[in-house]
Amino acid sequence: MDVLYFAWVRERIGLPRERIDSDAATVGELVAELRKREARYAAAFADLSALRVAVDQELSDFDAPLQGVREVAFFPPMTGG
Amino acid sequence: MRVVVQQEPFDLGAEAAAFAAGHRDMGAIVTFTGVVRDLPETPITAMEIEHYPGMTEAALTAMAQDAGSRFGLGDVLVIHRFGRMAPGEMIMMVATAAPHRKDAFDAAQFLMDYLKSRAPFWKREISADGSVWVASKDEDEAALSRWKG
Repeated sequence: MDVLYFAWVRERIGLPRERIDSDAATVGELVAELRKREARYAAAFADLSALRVAVDQELSDFDAPLQGVREVAFFPPMTGG
Repeated sequence: MRVVVQQEPFDLGAEAAAFAAGHRDMGAIVTFTGVVRDLPETPITAMEIEHYPGMTEAALTAMAQDAGSRFGLGDVLVIHRFGRMAPGEMIMMVATAAPHRKDAFDAAQFLMDYLKSRAPFWKREISADGSVWVASKDEDEAALSRWKG
């Protein structure tokens, strides 16, 4: 699946998107996998309360299942308007 | 209904006039415009807005449709920019058309409350000291609760 990062999450990880092959069943499991990768991932995902997630471009939560999902995005709370 | 996400500036007067024209059965047109605000204590040189192409358009369209059915609107317009803007530049606008003013005002408030914290935009303020991501406010989240239930 494609994993996208926006705003300071993108800056902390150092790239806007990447292709990840994962067997994670939920967003939470994917986060746990990413955290183990490198310090920059651990730093970006240190506090999940500061993060929001979209699954296939719809706002979702960390319990959301990933089966059949094409795109997951992580970002801070939005500041539009 | 029209939803536009663009980098370039928009013409508020032309957009408002075009929106207002052709709604003979709508007695109330409300427009709201968001502007890059300079801060007296820490002057900013620019505001940069990042967004999530694809999701942004989908989220704004869903909000506009929701507002339309909830308040019985005759029409809705949402324009939101991304990229770099100087203080004083317009960031976004919404326009709502309804038979009576209460629905037009309420719909504009509803759209702004949702746009603030449910549309995938992220603002960054650029100043002489560097750049800072704008933090979301608890009050923005609280503002949504009045529309629930």
